[in-house]
Amino acid sequence: MSKHSIIISNISKSYGNIKAVDDISLNVKKGELFGLIGSDGAGKTTLLRILTTLLLSDSGNAQIENFDVKNNYKNIRQIVGYMPGRFSLYEDLSVEENLNFFASIFNTTVAQNYDLIKDVYSYIEPFKKRRAGQLSGGMKQKLALSCALIHKPKVLFLDEPTTGVDAVSRKEFWGMLKNLQKKDITIMVSTPYMDEAGLCDRISLMQNGKFMETDTPENIINKFQKQIYSIKSKNKQKLIKDLRKYKQTYSANIFGQAIHYIDKRNNIKIDELKNHLKSENHIDIEIKAVKPNIEDCFIELMKKEQSAVTNQLKN
Amino acid sequence: MIPIIFIMPVVQLVILVYAANLEMKEINIIVINNDYGSLSRQLTDKFSSSPFFNVSFGNSHKEANSLMKKDKADIIMTIPHNFEKKLIKEKSADIQLLFNAVNGTKAAVAAGYCKNIIFNFNKDIIVNSPKLILEPINYKRINIINQFWYNPQLDYKIYMSTGILVILITIVSLFLSSMNLVREKEIGTIEQINVTPIKKFHFIAGKLIPFLIIALFELAFGLIIAKLLFNLPMSGSLLLLFVVAAIYLIAMLGLGLFISTVTETQQQAMFIAFFFYLVFIMMSGIFTPAESMPEWAQKINYINPVAWFMRVIRMILLKGSGFAQIKNEIFILTGYSITVLSLAVWRYRKTG
Repeated sequence: MSKHSIIISNISKSYGNIKAVDDISLNVKKGELFGLIGSDGAGKTTLLRILTTLLLSDSGNAQIENFDVKNNYKNIRQIVGYMPGRFSLYEDLSVEENLNFFASIFNTTVAQNYDLIKDVYSYIEPFKKRRAGQLSGGMKQKLALSCALIHKPKVLFLDEPTTGVDAVSRKEFWGMLKNLQKKDITIMVSTPYMDEAGLCDRISLMQNGKFMETDTPENIINKFQKQIYSIKSKNKQKLIKDLRKYKQTYSANIFGQAIHYIDKRNNIKIDELKNHLKSENHIDIEIKAVKPNIEDCFIELMKKEQSAVTNQLKN
Repeated sequence: MIPIIFIMPVVQLVILVYAANLEMKEINIIVINNDYGSLSRQLTDKFSSSPFFNVSFGNSHKEANSLMKKDKADIIMTIPHNFEKKLIKEKSADIQLLFNAVNGTKAAVAAGYCKNIIFNFNKDIIVNSPKLILEPINYKRINIINQFWYNPQLDYKIYMSTGILVILITIVSLFLSSMNLVREKEIGTIEQINVTPIKKFHFIAGKLIPFLIIALFELAFGLIIAKLLFNLPMSGSLLLLFVVAAIYLIAMLGLGLFISTVTETQQQAMFIAFFFYLVFIMMSGIFTPAESMPEWAQKINYINPVAWFMRVIRMILLKGSGFAQIKNEIFILTGYSITVLSLAVWRYRKTG
């Protein structure tokens, strides 16, 4: 038995000229909570659909729990749970009916696996007679997770489960995933939210069908060499314009209320920067050194990727 | 949905059967009588007393022609001025009948009615008219008495209501099934189903059986209404009818499901389903006998399940045919169901 739950080797898939998934390889350990982080159109959904046997890859192969996605798709369908990005349960069935329906498809009953879904289902149990279509976004998502878990899957694939869900429900949801992980379920989750990356054991930063980086969130942050300064002033719009014009600027990006700024030089003089901004008529200037987060890393990696592409084109 | 299931057959049967009238009534005939004799009046009286004609009198051809152009007249009958004289002297006279043949069927039927009335008139004047010297031998000919089997009163409603019943269950089976799977594609539930280990066969059976039950129920309901309203005869075995109906419905449901597998949106599915529905129904012989269609059209009808079932339902209900008489039709419908259904199962793939 391999200690890996998901093994992906050189998977590619194109739609016409667009390479949705471009030669990706990855191993996910058993019981790992793995995150696919990337913006819209990065290829996350396509990869998940290949792994859940809904889509055939153009080349390469993948195994889930030692079953090949092409040849043993029937076995895979018995052991994986999949929660698509779009709510895909029957909206005109009630909460309870949906759950019973999916349980019977997998030849099991709700009672048999109640302890597994209890954690999730208890939130929506008071509404079990309500039609699924009339649930709120957060409740829909909990119902979808319950249905994906009803057959005690070994591997769980979640496609952007927290998109369109409020902040409290998102937090609850990640708590549930952590609990499921303790029950020996391998989880692969995709998300466009960078702040959720830190909750995963390991993550892949995905862009244009490729993995830019795969590691633990801590390691990815530690690899980040440059010092970041968070800069605030009264006029944020003018500040970002001025910073981008400044000759010493390596990068400047909006982060909430502040701007994350990286200087070209290694030993930066904060006073010099402050004076420069004062000369540009900024008031209430606040500059402080901050630790990088995943989003900084993502932007940095994207920047490197882009310059690599432009260099390639130049040569 | 439940009210629709009950209301649809009632509305269709009541409205369509009464409206889609094949009998010709209210034929407007304009008589231009230039003769003024008693015989010509006898002839026009014969037309007025017939339930099929509305007789009105005209003075000139010009006036009558303009009425026909306005669609106010269907026939113009002209009686020449020496009609009676000629009839007595020469024992034969001419009248002119002009038909508005925009609707060819109507004109032909109207011509038949006219011929019949004139034939009766001929018979009567020989018997009644003292002015004519009778030669009884002349009037000895074969008298044809028609007997209409299976529908002695020539009640078109019986013929029509069976056709409407077929339309009814065709709509239910073809349209509901063609919308169904494609709807799951649209709302995305098919994604969730496809990652489960459910078997194709089970999934398709789950899609078909509810509609099969609904359609058979509609047939039963429609039969009861037709019996109550039109006294539809039920000469044959109803069990046999329902067995054949089930086979036919599987074919139509399979076709609907096949449409559903090859389309991406409900609009597309609706469009294709409508295409098949129209062609199948119009060629099935619901209004006009399929046997009178041109030969190439009859050949196309071999692959028209509606035509086969239309024959069967009329044979069983009106003629009382048993299994032996319709086994050919059953055989073909069964073959059809198996083919279409396997095509649908084959086309439905769980992996994109």
